[in-house]
Amino acid sequence: MSAEVWTWIIVLATFALYLGIGYWARVRETAGFYVAGRGVPPIANGAATAADWMSAASFISMAGLISFLGYDGAVYLMGWTGGYVLLALLLAPYLRKYGKYTVPEFVGDRYYSNLARVVAVIAAIFVSFTYAVPQLRGVGIVLSRYLGVDVATGVWAAVIVTAFIAVIGGMKGITWTQVAQYTVLIIAYLITGIALSNFLTGNPIPQLAFTFSDFAVRLSQLQVELGLKEYVAPFQNLNLLNVFLITLTLMVGTAGLPHVIIRFYTVPKASDARWSAGWALLFIALLYTTAPAVAVFSKYNLLNTLANKTVEEVQGIDWVQKWSKTGLLKLEDKNGDGKYQITAAKDTNEITIDRDIIVLSTPEVAKLSPIVVGLVAAGGLAAALSTAAGLLIVMASAISHDLYTRIINPQASEATKLTIARVVILLVTVLAAPFGINPPAFIAQLVAFAFGLAASTFFPAILLGIFDRRMNTQGAVAGMLVGLVFTATYIVGTNYLGWPRFLFGISPEGIGTVGMLLNFLVAYLVSRATPPPPAEIQKLVDEIRVPKGAGAAAEH
Amino acid sequence: MSALEAYWKENLSLIRNLLIIWALASYVLGILLAEPLNAIRVFGGPPLGFWIAQQGSIYVFVILIFYYASRMAALDRKYGFED
Repeated sequence: MSAEVWTWIIVLATFALYLGIGYWARVRETAGFYVAGRGVPPIANGAATAADWMSAASFISMAGLISFLGYDGAVYLMGWTGGYVLLALLLAPYLRKYGKYTVPEFVGDRYYSNLARVVAVIAAIFVSFTYAVPQLRGVGIVLSRYLGVDVATGVWAAVIVTAFIAVIGGMKGITWTQVAQYTVLIIAYLITGIALSNFLTGNPIPQLAFTFSDFAVRLSQLQVELGLKEYVAPFQNLNLLNVFLITLTLMVGTAGLPHVIIRFYTVPKASDARWSAGWALLFIALLYTTAPAVAVFSKYNLLNTLANKTVEEVQGIDWVQKWSKTGLLKLEDKNGDGKYQITAAKDTNEITIDRDIIVLSTPEVAKLSPIVVGLVAAGGLAAALSTAAGLLIVMASAISHDLYTRIINPQASEATKLTIARVVILLVTVLAAPFGINPPAFIAQLVAFAFGLAASTFFPAILLGIFDRRMNTQGAVAGMLVGLVFTATYIVGTNYLGWPRFLFGISPEGIGTVGMLLNFLVAYLVSRATPPPPAEIQKLVDEIRVPKGAGAAAEH
Repeated sequence: MSALEAYWKENLSLIRNLLIIWALASYVLGILLAEPLNAIRVFGGPPLGFWIAQQGSIYVFVILIFYYASRMAALDRKYGFED
């Protein structure tokens, strides 16, 4: 059977699986809807968190991104994993002990202020929306590339599957489909990583092949010979200051992203939240330590196969023909010498490789069975769908729980609350679809925004709420506003208004670190100049510091 | 000193020590010293600075979290704060 037939079969089978799990996990009460009834075992929550966190971009584009950045790709590898250390040590167990439903709820209650609650709601919606749009688009692109359906049809397919699971199953439905989605995406990624590694180095374990073979050095030398940048040398694409700051922003931003934090509300106990963070990072690391190996092996293979080879030789390769048709691989003998040269200058370069090809072309390059092509498509879809679902429930719970039941109508009955939550999640999903079909050009850059804002608003507010008993509403609100305004202004100014990077050339991706430091500083100064928080809030802080009684705290 | 204060103090010093290792593995060895460390090649494989930044630091992060979870479980037991 052809790769396309296998892809249809595998994609439809996984969609049916997700819908089946969604139906099985349908819920009838708000605790089930918002926090999966707090019954998720730590390992399962780790897998769900990993799927929630790893997006279409992690699955399809990250290895390619790293292969083009060389050493400097470490900002993503260290940044997107190191944040889990902060999460496990500084936030997750305490938020679980506090034991309610959402991140804005913690901020609003700890700072005894509806202003703080509303600031947190707006930030949560903004961060989640900018992140959800590329996921929906990711589904559309994967479906169109593998199955030839329209991108818009693909986006609507994503919307229907996600909305069904989220509306009937809430967080419980999302959690268990994410566990299945993690399984699908990691199998797909590891099969291709193992095959590629075995094909090129003879060692089937990508991590070991990366560590014990000299492929990275050979790639580095090959790039230098071709006039490209040295692969293993640091600071070729980003200077030291920016590598440092972008890594830190991505770490702190990861720890402050609401859709990641709320996953830790779903485990039974505060101590489970600590273990669960470990499982989450272990599951994420399976992909994140495979990606740099895939990056090195496929880049080396691509350059070695294509560069300075004759036109006839290159055109005779099956996968070259296939990927040339998609436009992801562009070959053009500009100087007419019958060979394809790769150079650093755009006008003489004859081989243009889209970064997405690094993962997507692997099954064919490593001569794997057509089944694997279908599996890679299903893996990309699983990564996108699971992340989209996690983000949608953050937006829906911010609106239905924090705005409606906490501020507008606190007397609402259980049934009304649940109906509102379901209607909101349906509305949010459908409203996001047009953006996924026709994304505004700036949406990719908005991801930098999401991390910058999570780093400069949520992270300090939550951290201080736990570790500084003296922190009060004035300090927290002032800190969040200063962090938010400063970070947003710098990103908008340098990205869209043509401002120079006036702070030592700091890239907008790394500015969240500065925003976070300003938040801490302002929060400290303002809180010390204003009255301490009321006694019951200080007692609350003492309570969340110990795991004991987490079960009791959950009953509310 | 109350049990809560003693528990919290031990927790804070554990967090501090682990965050020092976290920062050493990533920011110091993986970034600030990446260039000089690249002069060393272990296992006949990639240069050390590059390897730490793209691979080694991630292993350290995973170990840190599991270590923290097990030490805290012991600390919860010691002070009777288990949940």
